[in-house]
Amino acid sequence: MTWILFILFSVVATGGAVGVVTGRNPVASLLFMVATLASVAGIYVLLEAHFLAAVQVIVYAGAIMVLFLFVIMLLNLGHDYQADVKYGLWFLLAFVVAGLTAGALTMGFSDAEATGFGDVAAGEAIDAAVLEKGAVGAIADPLFTDYVVAFELTGLLLLVAVVAAVALAKPRNRRGTDAG
Amino acid sequence: MLLDYSSGFHYLLALAPEVVLSVAGMVVLLAGVTGKREGGPGHELGWLSLAGLAAAAVANGWLYAGVAEDGATAMIAVDRFRLFANWIFLLGAAFAVVVSLDYVARQKLQAGEYYSLILFAVVGMMFMASARDLMIVFLGLELMSIGVYALAAFNRRDRRSAEAGLKYFLLGAFASGFLLFGIALVYGATGSTNIHDVAVAVQEGTAARGLLLPGVALLAAGFAFKVSAVPFHMWTPDVYQGAPTPVTAFMAASVKSAAFVAFLRVFLVGLGDVSSEWGPILWWLSAATMVAGNLIAVVQSNVKRMLAYSSIAHGGYLLVALVAGNDTAAGGLLFYLLVYTVMNVGAFAVLIVAGNQSERGSRIEDFGGFGWRNPVLGVFMTIFLLSLAGFPGTGGFMAKLFLLQGAVEARLWVLSVILVLTTVVSYWYYLRVAWYMWMKDAPEGTAPARLAVPIAAHAVLLIAAGLVLLTGVFPGAPLELAMGAVEGLVEVVAGR
Repeated sequence: MTWILFILFSVVATGGAVGVVTGRNPVASLLFMVATLASVAGIYVLLEAHFLAAVQVIVYAGAIMVLFLFVIMLLNLGHDYQADVKYGLWFLLAFVVAGLTAGALTMGFSDAEATGFGDVAAGEAIDAAVLEKGAVGAIADPLFTDYVVAFELTGLLLLVAVVAAVALAKPRNRRGTDAG
Repeated sequence: MLLDYSSGFHYLLALAPEVVLSVAGMVVLLAGVTGKREGGPGHELGWLSLAGLAAAAVANGWLYAGVAEDGATAMIAVDRFRLFANWIFLLGAAFAVVVSLDYVARQKLQAGEYYSLILFAVVGMMFMASARDLMIVFLGLELMSIGVYALAAFNRRDRRSAEAGLKYFLLGAFASGFLLFGIALVYGATGSTNIHDVAVAVQEGTAARGLLLPGVALLAAGFAFKVSAVPFHMWTPDVYQGAPTPVTAFMAASVKSAAFVAFLRVFLVGLGDVSSEWGPILWWLSAATMVAGNLIAVVQSNVKRMLAYSSIAHGGYLLVALVAGNDTAAGGLLFYLLVYTVMNVGAFAVLIVAGNQSERGSRIEDFGGFGWRNPVLGVFMTIFLLSLAGFPGTGGFMAKLFLLQGAVEARLWVLSVILVLTTVVSYWYYLRVAWYMWMKDAPEGTAPARLAVPIAAHAVLLIAAGLVLLTGVFPGAPLELAMGAVEGLVEVVAGR
């Protein structure tokens, strides 16, 4: 049963990802992306990471994607996309590169399985942490202890992104200058 | 004092320079917003940023003087490698802020956002230098990059600035994707993002090589983009030429230094045991970068664009140190970054002053007779150009000498020969500018404007030229600092 669900979710996630980049309409691409993110949430559920799955649906598939959709609709950007890669040769090259990458990764993963990739010790540690602290605690506790620097740094990163976006996009003042 | 990360407060102490500078960035931002509306030139914000940089340098010195850490397992390294690199970034940023003062005022840029983005970008660089975890490397890199994307596009009345920003953003985001994918694969192979744990897993052979090697290749591609190594350099000339000149100076000096420092720590400390795998890749990158960067620079007719290609070529020299991978080369790399920051910002500072705080006057013909019209600036520019070329008696020469020493110790004969030969080629295009300055007349039919040189810019030029000559004649003290800075790093490398 789990395997059937896993294959279902993976196919939807991969197909959705292909749809995102091949879709000609931004709104369609966006909906494909929602499908991808929701399927990834499904895979999280199969891995018994229920909290992550919920956050994935609420934050990504829900809030962020809806925000994207609003922006596209409000700014009237929903026009059909004109392909800028027109030449057959480039398509061929893209396929060759993608195929080589996929081949290398497949070999990598099979090699990794041979050398004991994904050993059970880490999984057991996670199970123990979830039992002890609950699904949220197992994430929150390391987030504010071991990973506190990365967490705070992410906050700073978001601040800088907002400042940069506002500085570039805010309307000019009356004198047509940027100062002030 | 000894840092103990079981106390959250000690994280703050370990991050003192970063914290001080982040606070300074926010203060500058708030001061810029709450200042007079139709604002003045924004000089006071520049001086405020400079004070913040100085405070961060003091905090950095306090860490340097006697703070040690308990074990070496935290995400943040408190070692001399990081602290020395921090000083290089802070120095480069301080120069960039000072040469921006009149540029920002004249081009009527948004001073508060401009200076605070520079400060935040430096915070990102310092995190890259301190990162002992690939996660921090990535976050620091993004913090730096996002700030610099915006700075490259900062002059909104200049179309080329917008083009530079967009080009840099799109390609940079793409490269960040490579880097992140590489980090994910390395994590998959070794089970950790901690650089030390990665090193242990690689050394003990528990890392899955089939995942590790694609990860290393993607990491190399991501970093090669950030240090603009050939063939990942395509964005560099356009972005450097289009961005406001003080931002170009900042990018060419500090952004490149930060990328190299993180590159060195990740590859030499974390992945040192698979250097037989990535060594040849970097060898070719280095050789291609030195040859292509120098040869293309020869045919440039715009000084700003020439300096962009020159910065690519210098990236090639620095890659030699990574291929060599010994402590001489690593110390030489830090020393080179220090000298490179100083001389590069110096050359760009002259360019800014010569263009009268605008984007004009960077064609090589505009420098005809420049030396006789402005003898002081001409002498400064000549010093920087000679140092960039690696003329004996300047810091650039000494820096190249130590890189060569590291390369020879690692028996990289071919790479050493390429380094020397391409340096000879580089004499041509650096000295061509000097030749125009002193041997040619001003272009016909133009009346060169008298240049107003701000006192602050004079101070930067004087300090930069002084440092270039000092490191060229007496390289002892800074070199000892640089060599001492990599000592802790070397222990990790040699310890296995």
